[in-house]
Amino acid sequence: MKADPGFYGYWPWAERPKIRWPDGKKLAFWVAPNIEFYELNPPANPHRKAWPQPYPANQGYSIRDYGNRVGHMRQMEVLDKYGVRGSISLSTALCEHHPEIIAMCKERNWEFFSHGIYNTRYTYGMSEQQERDMIRDSMETIYRHTGQQCKGYLAPALSHSELTLDLFAEVGTELFGNDGGIYTCDLFHDDQPTPIQLRSGKPFVSIPYSLEMNDTIAYVVNKVEPRRYGQMLKDNFDRLYAEGDSHGTVMCIPTHNYQVSCPHRLKAFEEALDYITSHDDVWVTTGAEIAEYYLEHYYADAQANVAGFNGKEQG
Amino acid sequence: MALDAEHLMYPKRGYGMDHDRYDWSMLTDRKPISWPQGKKLALWVNVCVQFFPLNQQGKPFAVPGGMTMPYPDLRHFSLREYGNRIGLFRILDALDNVGIVPTFAINGEMAQRNPWLLEHLAKRDNEILCHGWNMDSIHYGGMDSAQEQMWIENSLSALRDASGQPVTGWLSPARNESELTPELLKQAGVQYCANWVNDDMPYAFNTANGPIAAMPLSNELDDQFILQSNLHSEASYVEQIQDAASLLLTEAETQGGRMLGLNIHPWLLGQPYRIGYLERLLGWLAQQDIYTASASDILSGWQHQQAAE
Repeated sequence: MKADPGFYGYWPWAERPKIRWPDGKKLAFWVAPNIEFYELNPPANPHRKAWPQPYPANQGYSIRDYGNRVGHMRQMEVLDKYGVRGSISLSTALCEHHPEIIAMCKERNWEFFSHGIYNTRYTYGMSEQQERDMIRDSMETIYRHTGQQCKGYLAPALSHSELTLDLFAEVGTELFGNDGGIYTCDLFHDDQPTPIQLRSGKPFVSIPYSLEMNDTIAYVVNKVEPRRYGQMLKDNFDRLYAEGDSHGTVMCIPTHNYQVSCPHRLKAFEEALDYITSHDDVWVTTGAEIAEYYLEHYYADAQANVAGFNGKEQG
Repeated sequence: MALDAEHLMYPKRGYGMDHDRYDWSMLTDRKPISWPQGKKLALWVNVCVQFFPLNQQGKPFAVPGGMTMPYPDLRHFSLREYGNRIGLFRILDALDNVGIVPTFAINGEMAQRNPWLLEHLAKRDNEILCHGWNMDSIHYGGMDSAQEQMWIENSLSALRDASGQPVTGWLSPARNESELTPELLKQAGVQYCANWVNDDMPYAFNTANGPIAAMPLSNELDDQFILQSNLHSEASYVEQIQDAASLLLTEAETQGGRMLGLNIHPWLLGQPYRIGYLERLLGWLAQQDIYTASASDILSGWQHQQAAE
């Protein structure tokens, strides 16, 4: 085990070079709906339990199913209303279980990125080959069902190994060359994209995804009231938008159709979307578009800039 | 290091659900439902009448809201009893004042412990559904099925005898189930179960003994979840239910009738500092385009429109 994963060098906010999004926009805004499938009876991972109760854990299972049966349509309609294309963190087995949802998102030109096969299959304990196979399966599944060359990754249930990012980038290259496997949502160290050092040396970035703004973290872990969640989203936006003037920032709202789309919560989310998208200098975009733009325009300079703060060879 | 091969095998990876309990279906794809008098939102107010034993076994887990201190946990025991002694009567008045119909979810053991209360509630002519034997009788995967069958039969017959009602609804303590709970419920004459919270409308649910209905009773909008688990304020509780009702009412304008299930606990909302918030909420709900009815009446309205297809 390592004391530091070694993905990025220290890079102080006070010293960042100015970046700008297309058309001079200050803040890149994206929404990442997690569209997940949890199994009722998954094989028991030796390192993490899927459900707190013995099979059948009908309570936890059924609220997540609510998200697909009921919540998805609500969230999709609200995103349509504000001109937001979702960047889907996808349990890729959902392509087989619920193709109706995939078809609607594809029709809207939403982005699909890999969130593993099921959110009840954890990376913990996998061999390198197993994790590589799982990642490859997930990326091939997205390609087969949507024609998209998967660019981003969020490990299933945020379960990682030391090699997760390396493997994702490498499988992306094997399948799609430099168009596949270019960004990760798994790291929470920054409000801007940052270059990530991989063993392959492939150009690869971390795109801010935000646990703080994640509806499940807000509602389940931090137990915030729905209207307060809406206020948190606006407050977070206000600060990043203001700082975007000097820095260029990214704000993501990661959602779950079984949280944000519950009848008592959608209003707060909708009000925040209305507020955020009413600002002129917001680039309403997707995770992949942010990653591609950054890689093309800022990645090389950023690598050199970061190196200046770290006293030795840096990524 | 590696996981067993089964961790990368996906035998249920195919169209629909990964089990046979119900069919995959998105709410918006279903036939629109209309409630009596063209009302938009069926309101099911489910009032829990519960017994939390002092000698809690906590098998396989301690029920949320149950005893947490070393025996004898008099504080939690007596505070739950407060609900049945005092809080319930405040809630009944609040409902009656605005004409909202409750459904009572009662632990079977209450019929033995408190025949006066059962008789009093039965006289009101509101529906009684079965809430298991007591709050420490948790149905769980791997439990002894003879034990489970006895709990189900004893609870149902205690409530049926005490109320004279058929008692055809079920809500498990802690909403928990074993692998066989739906089969045993069907066998015992239960027609609907409220444990699975995956919809805003009733839907058909399969058991090996024939179909029953699922009547999703929102956990997210349960007073115990909002006030006790999340520690949200009473004002926020009211606001959350109002926001939920407003959204469902709006949806009903274009998608057909919706259902709002409110599970409430007299030991929580019946407290003197909380009852005023419930009164305010019920007053507001009564002014909306709601169909106030028992769970069974809501279900049969839905069922008749399924059959008519």
